Amino acid sequence: MSFLHRTLLLPGFPALLLFLSLLCPARAGGLSLSPEALDSLRSSKVADRERALRELGEDASEAAAELLDALRAGDLYVRRDNGDLLILRPGAEEAIFVPGGERTPFADRTLLRKVGISNSQRSAVTVLLNRRLLRHTDADVRRGAVESLRAGDAGDKALLLSLLQNESDTRIRARLEQLLALLGVGDAGASSDDLLRAAAVLGDASLPQAAQALETLKGHRDPRVAAAVDKALYRLRVTADRSDMLETLFFGLSLGSVLVLTSIGLAVTFGVMGVINMAHGELVMLGAYTVWGMQQLLPGRPGTALLLAVPASFLVGGCAGALLERSVIRHLYGRPLETLLATFGISLILQQAVRTLISPMNRAVESPAFMRGMLHITDNFGLTCNRVYILCFCLGVFALIYATMHKTRLGLEVRAVAQNRPIARALGINASRVDTLTFALGSGVAGMAGAALSQLTNVGPNLGQGYIVDSFMVVVFGGVGNLYGTLCGGLVLGLANKLLEPASGAMLAKIILLAGLILFMQIKPKGLFPERGRAAEN
Amino acid sequence: MIRKFILALLVGLPVLCGTAFAADTVKVGILHSLSGTMAISETTLKDVMLMLIDEQNKKGGLLGKKLEAVVVDPASDWPLFAERARELLTQRKVAAVFGCWTSVSRKSVLPVFEGENGLLFYPVQYEGEESSRNVIYTGAAPNQQAVPAVDYLIKDLGVKRFVLAGTDYVFPRTANKIIEAYLKSKGTADTDILINYTPFGHSDWQSIIAEIKKFGSAGKKTAIISTINGDANVPFYKELANQGVSAADIPVMAFSVGEEELSGIDTKPLVGHLAAWNYFMSVDKPANAEFIKKWHAFIKDPKRVTNDPMEAHYIGFNLWVKAVEKAGTTDVDAVLKAVVGLSVPNLTGGTATLLPNHHLTKPVLIGEIQGDGQFQVVWETPGEVPGDAWSDYLPDSKNLEADWTDPINCGNYNAVTKKCGGAAKQ
Repeated sequence: MSFLHRTLLLPGFPALLLFLSLLCPARAGGLSLSPEALDSLRSSKVADRERALRELGEDASEAAAELLDALRAGDLYVRRDNGDLLILRPGAEEAIFVPGGERTPFADRTLLRKVGISNSQRSAVTVLLNRRLLRHTDADVRRGAVESLRAGDAGDKALLLSLLQNESDTRIRARLEQLLALLGVGDAGASSDDLLRAAAVLGDASLPQAAQALETLKGHRDPRVAAAVDKALYRLRVTADRSDMLETLFFGLSLGSVLVLTSIGLAVTFGVMGVINMAHGELVMLGAYTVWGMQQLLPGRPGTALLLAVPASFLVGGCAGALLERSVIRHLYGRPLETLLATFGISLILQQAVRTLISPMNRAVESPAFMRGMLHITDNFGLTCNRVYILCFCLGVFALIYATMHKTRLGLEVRAVAQNRPIARALGINASRVDTLTFALGSGVAGMAGAALSQLTNVGPNLGQGYIVDSFMVVVFGGVGNLYGTLCGGLVLGLANKLLEPASGAMLAKIILLAGLILFMQIKPKGLFPERGRAAEN
Repeated sequence: MIRKFILALLVGLPVLCGTAFAADTVKVGILHSLSGTMAISETTLKDVMLMLIDEQNKKGGLLGKKLEAVVVDPASDWPLFAERARELLTQRKVAAVFGCWTSVSRKSVLPVFEGENGLLFYPVQYEGEESSRNVIYTGAAPNQQAVPAVDYLIKDLGVKRFVLAGTDYVFPRTANKIIEAYLKSKGTADTDILINYTPFGHSDWQSIIAEIKKFGSAGKKTAIISTINGDANVPFYKELANQGVSAADIPVMAFSVGEEELSGIDTKPLVGHLAAWNYFMSVDKPANAEFIKKWHAFIKDPKRVTNDPMEAHYIGFNLWVKAVEKAGTTDVDAVLKAVVGLSVPNLTGGTATLLPNHHLTKPVLIGEIQGDGQFQVVWETPGEVPGDAWSDYLPDSKNLEADWTDPINCGNYNAVTKKCGGAAKQ
């Protein structure tokens, strides 16, 4: 389904489909299009469609609605051989011929050429289709249609007034009144009383054009109107400022959560074990490729694939990490410089391996429906769904790691080995086994971060490189060896970045942040939450 | 007798003695990154070159000799591009080089090609403001991509406010400078232009999209002109879709997003956003259908897409072959003399003619992204547009022309002062 469907008819879309499918078989025939209009649909030039759209706009029949909907969704085809026009819905075996409305089984899609329309034509079709739904019996469908009316499209006052008269739903009424108020403000002949009422309505309006419309009335010759306009503008500004602030806060937290996710694995391997792992980013990348692989295995079910990919990416990352530790890193303990160089080499090998084995090109990872779109809190403030999920996911992963390190025997052993290796071994802990498990744990978490990132960014060989520097920054800023510090550090850096960005631009925000971090490290060289006690001394 | 024996030995061991064949093959250098960040785009161009060379050999080669591809990997490392270029020209003695993608890689090899008198075919759309005697620019100049695209937005979509969003490097900076000057010449106010630069690989677009949304809600039709490069595009489009900005509200006109980039994106939320190129895979012309068929057969993967820079190499290679045949030699000076004014068919049903400024004539197409990752052409220029090396909209370069034919023979000729190297910086 096209994207426009989703945004414009979200609440009532399933109802609409049902509605169309119930009505169409009975009345699909009887579409009266002129031969010129039909030819304009057959033409390979998109600009030619105007003729057909004009005729369809005047046709109130259900068949016309069906045709418009098919055009918008890209389900109208023309046969290359004989020029027949037919509607073929995805997955459907029966095609509906245009304009006759006959239904015939049709399977050979290779014979068909899609009848494309342009962006502006698609919007025009949407307006036409929405107009048909303005008097729909289902309030949700009606509200979707009314909300999609822009002030410009709404056009005539008479239509809005007649709609308002028959409307019982309060939210739809409010929207209609706002649209009427917008029209009223633009009306040169409006009386002062009308303008006062309009200003009062627009002061609480969620329409983006409200402020702009009110601006035109500023300093009106009637002092009562001028005062009311000022008051309404003030109210709008307060609402806008509040939602701006909430928005920035949310953006900061969600950027922070991505930083925390990518660096929490590093907080284990670098923070607790002290291994400088430059291949950390590539472990994240492997996690992201796991999501892609899972979606290849389960085509058509991106949601299930994503959920299954979360534990799978932990396993992939963990196994890769264990292998890395056993084969390379264990031989380099206590030699940070060699570790750095060796793991940097491994990161390049992993990148090129993905390029050679899979492809140098990015892979398309689908976002399941629940990860798309916005969660509307108020009319002009909403949260993007994918970010909300990732924020929750980040907190969940953090809780899991924190519990593992502080509530399980493995965690106890890890901390014991990190604090004093010889004593821990003297107490019967198999230190080399603990090393492998710790590294695998950190790498597994990196893999899970990759699964989350697949929903935000490219899945490609370069994925990890973008995050490696930020991850080290977060761990060092939060305090090496302190998981809690990583959480706070990541969130603080995310917030700081987003507070700076509107004023300074993305490029400068990054630079300022880095410079600030260097200064901060001069004052607190051990980060936000330094490890205390004897263990931290050496 | 002994000499014959040695010759026979050499013929029998072609694999071991590749270099000894200098006299019997014509060598063609391919300078595209096969590893590193640019491998994502450039590997395909290496493959298409191999295909074209293979095809030419099947037709009997060039001047009675077989063509031999010399592939080197500059690994997305700009100084390494210059090194590899020098290796191709001085040690491997190639007749021509097809390569480079980013402007910075081209700038880095430029002195090598000019110093060693080599011949480079550069296949990517770029920012202009350059014309070298030793480079044939087969991609679009700004007046063959940016300017017509802006015209389309203003005239056909009625756009009044513009967001110029780009990655922070030379192509977006120069392209945006030209677009800004052009918009102002069309009467767009300063307050109706919002310019935004982001670092390479920028992945958190939340605040920028929120800002663009506010900028676009002022009641005037708004569009984004995107010179965002490479990997930053996916998070950009995803955020746009998630924040509910559809192509109907604020369309994006992209100059760096083609079929290949889209093959790594789930394009359903992108339907209706725009791109301007000189070629689309979806163009329904026999030449294009044949090219796609050959490409799929060569790469053995029917899902692979074709894109604009591939067409540029197709044109560039055919142009070079024709010029060599006309000159009767692969000598660079002779080929350069022969190549200007030659025409070869392009893949969209027209012809590409090489102009004296070493740029091509190209049609400009505007396409809308479809759910299947292809573009649907919604607008095209009536004919081919001649490429202009020096933009007419920048005060520094508006008097400059490039002409590599006698008597001017200059890359930055000032038409007013009648001097070569006038106001140009290089």
